[in-house]
Amino acid sequence: MKPLLLWSDVLIYLLVLALCLFFLRLRRDPQTREHWRRVFSTRLGMVTFTLILVYVGIALLDSLHFRRALEPVEGAQSSEVFYNNQVTSALDVMLVGMGERFERTYSAPFALKSFAKENMKDENGLLYRDFPLLDHAGRHLSKPAERWADVVARTLWALVCGLLISAVLVGVQWAFLRRSSLPWYASWGTQTAVICLAVWLVLISRYYHVLGTDRGGVDVAYQSIKGVRTAVLLGTLATLIMLPIAVTLGVMAGYFKGWVDDVVQYLYTTMSSIPGILLIAASVLLFQVYIDLHPDFFSTGMEKADARFIALCFILGVTSWSSLCRLIRGETLKISQLEFVQAAHAFGVSHSRIVTRHILPNIVHIILITFVLDFSSLVLAEAVLSYIGVGIDPAMGSWGNMINSARSELSREPVVWWTLSGAFFFMFVLVLAANLFADLVRDAFDPRTGSGVTPA
Amino acid sequence: MLTYIIRRLFYAIPILLGVNLLTFTLFFVVNSPDDMAVSQLGAKYVTPEAIQSWKKKNGYDRPLFYNPDAAGSGAVTETIFFAKSLRLFAFDFGRSESGRDITTDISTRMWPSLAVAVPSFVVGIWVNICVALLVVMFHATRLDRWIVFVFVAMMSISYLFYIIGGQYLVAKTWRLVPISGFHAHGQFWKFLILPVLVGVVAGIGSGARWYRTLFLEEANQDYVRTARAKGASEIRILFRHILPNALIPILTGIVVLIPSLFMGGLLVESFFGIPGLGSYMLDAIKSQDFAIVRSMVFIGSILYIIGLILTDISYTWADPRLRLD
Repeated sequence: MKPLLLWSDVLIYLLVLALCLFFLRLRRDPQTREHWRRVFSTRLGMVTFTLILVYVGIALLDSLHFRRALEPVEGAQSSEVFYNNQVTSALDVMLVGMGERFERTYSAPFALKSFAKENMKDENGLLYRDFPLLDHAGRHLSKPAERWADVVARTLWALVCGLLISAVLVGVQWAFLRRSSLPWYASWGTQTAVICLAVWLVLISRYYHVLGTDRGGVDVAYQSIKGVRTAVLLGTLATLIMLPIAVTLGVMAGYFKGWVDDVVQYLYTTMSSIPGILLIAASVLLFQVYIDLHPDFFSTGMEKADARFIALCFILGVTSWSSLCRLIRGETLKISQLEFVQAAHAFGVSHSRIVTRHILPNIVHIILITFVLDFSSLVLAEAVLSYIGVGIDPAMGSWGNMINSARSELSREPVVWWTLSGAFFFMFVLVLAANLFADLVRDAFDPRTGSGVTPA
Repeated sequence: MLTYIIRRLFYAIPILLGVNLLTFTLFFVVNSPDDMAVSQLGAKYVTPEAIQSWKKKNGYDRPLFYNPDAAGSGAVTETIFFAKSLRLFAFDFGRSESGRDITTDISTRMWPSLAVAVPSFVVGIWVNICVALLVVMFHATRLDRWIVFVFVAMMSISYLFYIIGGQYLVAKTWRLVPISGFHAHGQFWKFLILPVLVGVVAGIGSGARWYRTLFLEEANQDYVRTARAKGASEIRILFRHILPNALIPILTGIVVLIPSLFMGGLLVESFFGIPGLGSYMLDAIKSQDFAIVRSMVFIGSILYIIGLILTDISYTWADPRLRLD
């Protein structure tokens, strides 16, 4: 086994570390703590945050990459170990080979036979056409009729296991948090549901393809789970690249005014007047040409896909800073007129100190709200970009690529609905959780909606 | 007012220049003239002479930004940037890399785009306002919270799923309309129903939710309380007091989008096979046709700037206290 560190792995771990530090720092401020308390004092806040954490957890597990050592060839003289070109992650290990049970082509969820007829020979050597049995589904059954009873039995067994595991986990949390006034029970309920689902999926996918297989015979449930990392990473990384540009330019424009303001306004008007999709497409094509010209930079296909992925995050970040920049400029203009900033000027406080001590803390809520709101729109944008052909590299699993390859499947007879459903379900849960959580964060942090608009 | 518009139009020139410079740089780093020649000629016929003659024929045989060989102002004018990008300011789009006249293409493809985009836009706003008004009537009840939840859920569904789902349900299962295609005469409305329907339904979540906040903001104002105290009915308050006042932010928010309707929708047009400007753009991206992309970016930027100016004008129209000067 040889660990493999992709650039995006490093970035995701740095990102999580940075976010943790950021939140720890925010905790010191009593007002911010009160805001967060408002977010988490609702059941919805607890449930959505737990779901988001589950997705982030999957993404983190999927970011521990390594290459398996190949079995030494019989009679080989050298003791050198060769490594598989296929990159595996910790998540693959936890899913116990779910991604390695390939079929030949489509198969429906829980199906025992393939979706397409093939030529086969019977015992007497006669050629006939029928649906072949799947290689990795229902092989343990003696009669096909036992299938549903078997599924129910295994589901019940998985449920028992899942409930036991979550009982331990929830018990530990309960011991620490029982005096808390926050609605932790909502989070515990979500955790139990997620754990039961995960245990069920892992246990039953050894005997059946829960969401069927796609055209290439890959398990759809596995593909959908692999899409989590791409979505989470894209949603956070692109915003994090955009933030420093938008904040720096916006604060500079609003604080220094004059020609700096003119230049920044010119820059963001120019950027936002270009149709966004064209700009992104052009930049992605540019990078694609660069990768194609330098194939020797990347030792595995995964690294190449990874480079393209980071470039996409970078491009999305660089092309989308204009609206946040405009917001921050306006807010900074407003704040720098206030008395405490004027007073700081009068006392001769330096520009950098005024910006860091007086202006930045007062625009943090805008940054935070944008970060949470942009996350879901970026996850949705990825699907569209992949459809246009400028999205994630097909070698890297993503929901956009799944949708793109499954587009024409609904027009088949019988209908192949499971590939789209898998991508849809995983994407919908993440985006919905993020959207609902973003609403709560905005309600808690935005001074305008925070007190005024709530119904009288 | 007139002087303001003229001044804004002059401000637009540096912005358009910047847009041109940016797209030009991007596309010429991607595709040097030699690469373009290779891809247009086809790999079979590539000889250095063929590339040279293609470049000469299509006007790519000059330096990019500065021509030291030419005399006087020719140093700037006899370059690819001047000839290809700056000519756009005279609305001279020239020919695409495959030899078609871009102006003709755009003027014929504009109509299908408008035929889909304008109904989607108008019907969409009308539906969103109606739904939002209905929700405001149930404000602060349990039903209201559930409807807002449904709005957020509708926002969380990718646009692709609306299109795929709409095509599957309406066109394939129920067989009400054709799955895709476009017809310029006769029963062309048959082809338009589904794209418009999909566009409207996909927009309800975010649109109605936004209008609901605008209406609620107005509903908390003093004049609403006064009207209620004087005994006006809830319906009257909603339609005579809240709606006209909330229309101001709605109007100013959507005016900026109106000129961009010309550009059409990238996804809708390609899924439904509508020969509009959106699918034109998508094809241009896929075949890396720089001339078309350059023209479309230019038109898109102009439309955006017109939208900004129209927004400012609509402010003065909606709120007479504002003056532009």
